[in-house]
Amino acid sequence: MKIRAIAANTFREAIRDRILYLLLFFAAASIIFSRILALLTVGDRVKIIKDVGLASLSLFGALMAILMGTGLVYKEIEKKTIYSILSKPIHRYQFLLGKYFGLVLTLFVMLALMSVIFLALVFFHTFSVEWTLLVAIFYIFVEVCLITAVAILFSCFSTPILSSIFSLSFYLIGHLSWGLETTIQKIKPGFGKVLAQVLYTFLPDLENFNFKTEIVHGLSIPSNIHLYSILYGFFYSAFLLGLAIWIFRKRDFI
Amino acid sequence: MASVLKIDNLHKSFKVGFIPKKKNILKGITLEVEGGEIFGYLGPNGAGKTTTLKCVLGLIFPDKGQIEIFGHPYLSLRAKERLGYLPENPYFYDYLTASEFLRFCTQLTLVDKKHKEDKILHYLKLVGLEASANLQLRKFSRGMLQRIGLAQALIHEPELVFLDEPLGGLDPLGRKEIRDIIVRLREEGKTVFLCSHILQDIEMICDRVAIILEGEIISQGKLQDLISEKILFTEIILSGVEIEKLAGLGESLSTHGGKVLLKVFEQENIDSVLKLVQAEKGKVHSLVPRTETLEDFFVGRIKG
Repeated sequence: MKIRAIAANTFREAIRDRILYLLLFFAAASIIFSRILALLTVGDRVKIIKDVGLASLSLFGALMAILMGTGLVYKEIEKKTIYSILSKPIHRYQFLLGKYFGLVLTLFVMLALMSVIFLALVFFHTFSVEWTLLVAIFYIFVEVCLITAVAILFSCFSTPILSSIFSLSFYLIGHLSWGLETTIQKIKPGFGKVLAQVLYTFLPDLENFNFKTEIVHGLSIPSNIHLYSILYGFFYSAFLLGLAIWIFRKRDFI
Repeated sequence: MASVLKIDNLHKSFKVGFIPKKKNILKGITLEVEGGEIFGYLGPNGAGKTTTLKCVLGLIFPDKGQIEIFGHPYLSLRAKERLGYLPENPYFYDYLTASEFLRFCTQLTLVDKKHKEDKILHYLKLVGLEASANLQLRKFSRGMLQRIGLAQALIHEPELVFLDEPLGGLDPLGRKEIRDIIVRLREEGKTVFLCSHILQDIEMICDRVAIILEGEIISQGKLQDLISEKILFTEIILSGVEIEKLAGLGESLSTHGGKVLLKVFEQENIDSVLKLVQAEKGKVHSLVPRTETLEDFFVGRIKG
């Protein structure tokens, strides 16, 4: 109940924030830009629209999570609004989870709006609603939930600018860490290989949520891959939120 | 009356500076607040008043010491359910309207759903904000924020209310209204823990006070026990007597429009002044004996 109240208030705060609409505008512009890109490119135009559209959804979803999530807790401490809230009968973890779910709800609504624009654009080219695209969008949402957890974790102890840099780095590393797998295979046994293996184990692999190619090209995805990606997203987010709660419970609000 | 708040040997330090250096803010605060009283917590800026409050409310963690609220550990929800808090210079969610904000507060406390809207209306009226119910808090003045802060602290009808500088930012009329609300809380059997710099207000409404200086309680007790009722001096405003003739009878503080304000310390001198006024066919406009005030006591203790 209290988590719900905090989440509803966070949602209200987010939808009254101008930056959200600015990002939504650019996201919509980017999706529509895919139509122009398709006209200028040789090949299957629909595939290009789908490709660029899904990439826009993923990028702007992550940007929204980072730009809003990093200020979420910090703003409460900076503006001292947290004083009157935490003096009420509420646990600190309830406050933090409320903030998280409130932002996740906001991002869900924003992704839904972007998806409507995207699916409508695809519909005008294929004259059919391509429901399979929703699978790729679902994994984008799982990824956005994880990025939100990252942003909130940094927001618990760092300023919004630093938190944004950290979260953006996490996002970039997460999408490039698969390269380490190739490196491990090519590298000679020794310290370098062990280091690459350790790094690969601990660094996030956000490519687990990237099913754009499979969906756009109509390739099948084995069910164990689905299960692995969902569990990876769930447990990684839970771990980050647990860490955020641990930090948040211990800190003084001076 | 049983104690509703017990603080025992509370210590808190912060690390300050580029090379962190420990600074002790609270050095063993011990105090008890009894049910149904207005307890004044006084001290100069930086003495540790707000730090004590933040420790009690669980916003910061003490290094050492015990805090109990209604016999419960201070961090437990059972303790928090029974307290309300108005922070100093309150900041709230400025994108919410006054009624939206109070509705949000009811969701975090144990306010009965059925009576929620009635309570919101009641407390908006109580603090004089019913006309601003649908105004966003970002458009509120400092005084209005203070009022909505008081409403959020009271809306769940707590038994113990912590008010940190509740009269700051208010005009004289507003101060009187808030003072009346605080006194009414005591009449309803609630306990008020009041931090303030405004000593006249504390003196007017508090039953007991504690004075904190540099993180230590230097004095605490009932107001009448702390402040002596002995007459310190008498202020006489008179006219029709030449000021030179008053020399030696008292300290002439000011002359304005033919009137003289005289500060007389000895009882015999008061009689002499009155006789002189009679002989000179002058006039006594006022004669006010001054007993010790909380301010005198406070300044006396702070200066050691």
